[in-house]
Amino acid sequence: MAISKSTQKARKKRQSNLPYLYLLPAFLIMGVITFYPLIYQVIISFTNFESKHLLLGLRSPELEFIGFKNYIDIFTAALPVENFNFFRVLTFNFWWAISNVFLHVPAGVLIATLLNTEGLWLKKIYRAAYILPVVVPPLVVATVWTNIFDERYGAMNQLLAIIGGFFGNPDPVYIRWFEDVKPPIPGFLPGAPLTLAYYAMMIANFWLGWPFMSVVATGALQSIPKDLYEAASIDGATGSQQFWNITVPLLRPAMIPAAVYGFTLSFNLFNFVFFMTGGGPARSTELLVTFAYNLVRNLRWYGVAAAFAVIIFIVALIVFLITNRITRATQNYQEAG
Amino acid sequence: MATMTSEKNKNPIVRFLNMNTSRQTSGRSLPLWRQILLQVICLAVLASVMFPIMYIVTLSFSSKTTRPSQLELIPKEISFVAYQQVLDKPTGNPVTFNQLLKNSFVLSMGVGIVALMVAVSAAYAFSRFKFKLREVLMVLVFIPLLMPAVGLSTPLYLLLNQVQVKQCADKSIVIQPIAKCEDGKGKLQFNLRDSLWGVGIAMTATALPFAVWNLKGYLDTIPKELEEAAAIDGANVNQTFWQIVIPLAMPQLAVTFFLGFIGHWQEFVLTWLFLSQPEDYTLAMTLYNMTGQYANSVPWNRFAAMAVIVALPVAVVYIALQRQIVGGLTTGSVKG
Repeated sequence: MAISKSTQKARKKRQSNLPYLYLLPAFLIMGVITFYPLIYQVIISFTNFESKHLLLGLRSPELEFIGFKNYIDIFTAALPVENFNFFRVLTFNFWWAISNVFLHVPAGVLIATLLNTEGLWLKKIYRAAYILPVVVPPLVVATVWTNIFDERYGAMNQLLAIIGGFFGNPDPVYIRWFEDVKPPIPGFLPGAPLTLAYYAMMIANFWLGWPFMSVVATGALQSIPKDLYEAASIDGATGSQQFWNITVPLLRPAMIPAAVYGFTLSFNLFNFVFFMTGGGPARSTELLVTFAYNLVRNLRWYGVAAAFAVIIFIVALIVFLITNRITRATQNYQEAG
Repeated sequence: MATMTSEKNKNPIVRFLNMNTSRQTSGRSLPLWRQILLQVICLAVLASVMFPIMYIVTLSFSSKTTRPSQLELIPKEISFVAYQQVLDKPTGNPVTFNQLLKNSFVLSMGVGIVALMVAVSAAYAFSRFKFKLREVLMVLVFIPLLMPAVGLSTPLYLLLNQVQVKQCADKSIVIQPIAKCEDGKGKLQFNLRDSLWGVGIAMTATALPFAVWNLKGYLDTIPKELEEAAAIDGANVNQTFWQIVIPLAMPQLAVTFFLGFIGHWQEFVLTWLFLSQPEDYTLAMTLYNMTGQYANSVPWNRFAAMAVIVALPVAVVYIALQRQIVGGLTTGSVKG
């Protein structure tokens, strides 16, 4: 009896250590290459780390701890960088992500509904073609659209010239999509002027974004029972009444997580901005991530870059907490409905 | 019933194409004026979708090395000159296309495999065991996922840059930071930061927590009955893990691997920051080098051919995995 009890105890002890054993490899590696760098980042964000400290790191004799100076410099636009204002970049970053999602989701839903129309000819061909933007890697999309918006040889200006030709204007079009500093619609977004480059990127990202939403919406449309529509039309509801009172509410549980995903993706859409505008003109299209990259790759102010990354992390955390709440709320809605 | 299940098992692209989700009751045909109106809208959307694709495909089949002075969306000629030139000499540097291809594949595959192998046991622990620090450790794994790749690049750059192999004045080889030359200098032989190894480590730093999180989400959905049956039959936890859970999780391991592949194939932030030797460049970096203001001497037909080549592997993987990708995102189990 006593023996079995002690072996049981030993086994129990082994059992209680087992989870940690399973976690050990991953946490050992993450400890060195993920968590240590994260902590290191917080430490150097309080220093004046620059290129000259690269070799010795924290052991450099002339490395100084300067407290919150990097953070204060970022927030008060005291960095010796032209046209940089943290809050303008932050405003633009949020506006960029929100305006994208608000265009992609309705367009995706509308086109998915359109393709569901009974008896529509060539449906399969349309569906096969509309899915293509989802399949091309965003990095390639970014490079291709960069060339399309080229001032002299780009396809966009050539297309506009052809359209102009129809209306009796044979002149070639030379719109400087990425360089024009004057906002086409002044005062549209207070505090952060939207230059032509913003609209060019919106066009490119719209091409990339709506087909994904359309695929998600098509899947959700499939799960709506047809009886609902039949009952509604017996009751005399028109097509648009059916759309607003049946389709839209029943699509919501599927579309909100997709919209949240699209928001996060657009919020950190590094390649588009970096490839197409480089954050310009006059930093009007700079996102948090592209400015952080600029700090570390071109300016090589590692201390400031680390502080900026810590700020990005806090912004990302707040965004996550909000979006998580939105997704949860819709899940409850789904369960209740 | 049987048709329903077979419908479910089909590739989602096939399902997407065949889907009948119409809200009209069947049998009623569309009035002609409506058909024409909808066709016009569909064709307009089709034109906008095909515009950049046809543009780049047409360019890539062109043999003209001058920049396009007129819009061409339908190939006038099918010439593979541009493809051949890209394959022969992709950049101005003496680096072959095969080298670039190899670098891209080694990085994206290597990071994916290492991350998965290390992550799977941790994911299992989070999914099946109850232990004291479970919540704390799970939050810890989630923290790096919130950080965009750019956010971790600074400390990784600085730390990896401190690992250097140097040849001292007296011909001895030292590895910093473990040892140093006596005069404090020395000829640089190898800088971990400026190598594919370093980039691989940096990419694993974020790929690993993602793999743990993603696999944990999947393991949660595997029913526990099989494991419980194995335990009754006297299998211990290790045996259950290796002989039951791993084989069951194989499909999801493959999906996680390919999801990672799609991302790693396009990795640009870290490679562009870390690597300076042309022989270490990846395809994604080369494509960027051929774009816009950085590529005044690159003919656009070559750029177009390169764009098509870089896009192909991802397109193939994406089409094969459509169901898992879209399904995973909409259930909210996968974080991007």
